[in-house]
Amino acid sequence: MIPREFDYHAPQSIPDALGLLAQFGDEAKLLAGGHSLLPMMKLRLAEPGHLIDLGRIRELQGIREDGDTLRIGAMTTENQLIWSQLLQDKCPLLVEGARLISDPQVRYKGTIGGDISHGDPANDHPALMLALGASYVLQSASGERVVSADDFFVGMYDTLLQPDEIMTEIRIPAPAQGTGYCYAKLKRKVGDFATAAAAVTLRMQGETVQEVAIALTNVGACALRAREAEDALRGKTLDDAALAEAARLAMSICDPVEDQRGDVEYKTAMAGEMTRRALSTANSRATH
Amino acid sequence: MAKKQTVSFTLNGTQVDVVVEPRELLIHSLREKLQHTGPHIGCETSHCGACTVDIDGMSVKSCTVLTVQCQDAEVLTIEGFEQGGELHALQEGFTQEHGLQCGYCTPGMITRAYRLLKENPSPSEEEIRYWMAGNLCRCTGYQNIVKAVQYAANKLSSASA
Ligand SMILES: Cc1cc2nc3c(=O)[nH]c(=O)nc-3n(C[C@H](O)[C@H](O)[C@H](O)COP(=O)(O)OP(=O)(O)OC[C@H]3O[C@@H](n4cnc5c(N)ncnc54)[C@H](O)[C@@H]3O)c2cc1C
Ligand code: FES
Ligand code: FES
Repeated sequence: MIPREFDYHAPQSIPDALGLLAQFGDEAKLLAGGHSLLPMMKLRLAEPGHLIDLGRIRELQGIREDGDTLRIGAMTTENQLIWSQLLQDKCPLLVEGARLISDPQVRYKGTIGGDISHGDPANDHPALMLALGASYVLQSASGERVVSADDFFVGMYDTLLQPDEIMTEIRIPAPAQGTGYCYAKLKRKVGDFATAAAAVTLRMQGETVQEVAIALTNVGACALRAREAEDALRGKTLDDAALAEAARLAMSICDPVEDQRGDVEYKTAMAGEMTRRALSTANSRATH
Repeated sequence: MAKKQTVSFTLNGTQVDVVVEPRELLIHSLREKLQHTGPHIGCETSHCGACTVDIDGMSVKSCTVLTVQCQDAEVLTIEGFEQGGELHALQEGFTQEHGLQCGYCTPGMITRAYRLLKENPSPSEEEIRYWMAGNLCRCTGYQNIVKAVQYAANKLSSASA
């Protein structure tokens, strides 16, 4: 299991990396943590002629707070997310989600930017980003643009990223104090991708749902935002009937592919169950 | 053919140079060019952890890293654990607690446990199980591996106390 031949480049800065991308165009692939790309290259499912390693670019790493926004460099690894006190305090949903990704070794290498850019519906960050209302900074030789997570995922392995662009930063509006949250992920074993998972952020006012976001992993061509379920919950009490209705509406947008993790009916039912559990846990963590 | 290049890094404290094609995986350079056959190939698909080595303070599956990514890195493999004829506390722990049977997973287990104990010198059983989850063992049922890591944690903390 050895990749096809390629040329390797290790630029030290973003402009250098953009220059290489411009030079090699469709022939090139960016290498982040390599834990989706290298397995695909070993299987020859990806055969880039040029590999541009982002690993030596310092500016792409780090987590900081900028007013009410959390700014995370695209090359920040999963373990760095997990060990960040800032995120634990300001955005515990991201820590909870990262802890459920793969295993320790993969988390030392795998990056948040790679997990999002890959466009794999089985990856966990896309749904977390939808639930958090994140946006991404995409940079090319001609400038940068900021796109919202809601628009970014187009289909299976298909995103708004253009071949000449690098995702440099993830921006997350820090959830208000008292926001409830949960990432409920069903997996067959440690280290597995989700059979189905649901990410929730929730603001309560007394017993009434004030604001809610629900996003689903691995039950469609990309991460799905369950908008009808959200709409049905706003202004309601989170009782069993409301939870059941939200789960039903979340299931209605699921279109999973049958595989060794289960058939369509099972995966859809599990997406409903994960939605119910994530909402209940988020409710128990929210300030009322 | 893509041009071969020389990659220099530190392997268990010794400077090494290795000439590779960019597509060469670190596990192959270690085993075939540098005669470090401690790290094993179990799955070759990033799942089992038998190929785990330590690169710049991170436990990494060397079947999923290119050798060219290791320029100037500090790499530690199981061959670097014994010092002056004395076993490392983890090696002693795996012996004393019967933490292995066939031994295929052991170099990866010990290398991973080394980094875990650097980051968390006295982990709970739950923490050991969570942070060792990237290493599979087909023999032991893990019970004695947990005990071996605890043995080493105790020995190392009493040595530094
Ligand atoms: C055994 C195993 C289990 C796993 N389980 C899970 C899981 O449960 N959940 C989960 O979410 N993931 C899982 N993964 C995937 C892992 O998290 C990957 O690390 C992640 O999907 C990709 O991140 P990376 O940094 O490794 O990116 P790479 O593999 O280096 O890159 C992935 C793709 O994104 C592109 N890319 C990377 N960075 C950028 C950037 N900054 N700008 C533009 N394009 C970019 C690359 O060109 C490539 O096409 C698993 C992987 C393995 C090997
Ligand atoms: S051989 Fe590398 S993880 Fe199994
Ligand atoms: S001792 Fe045989 S695989 Fe672990």
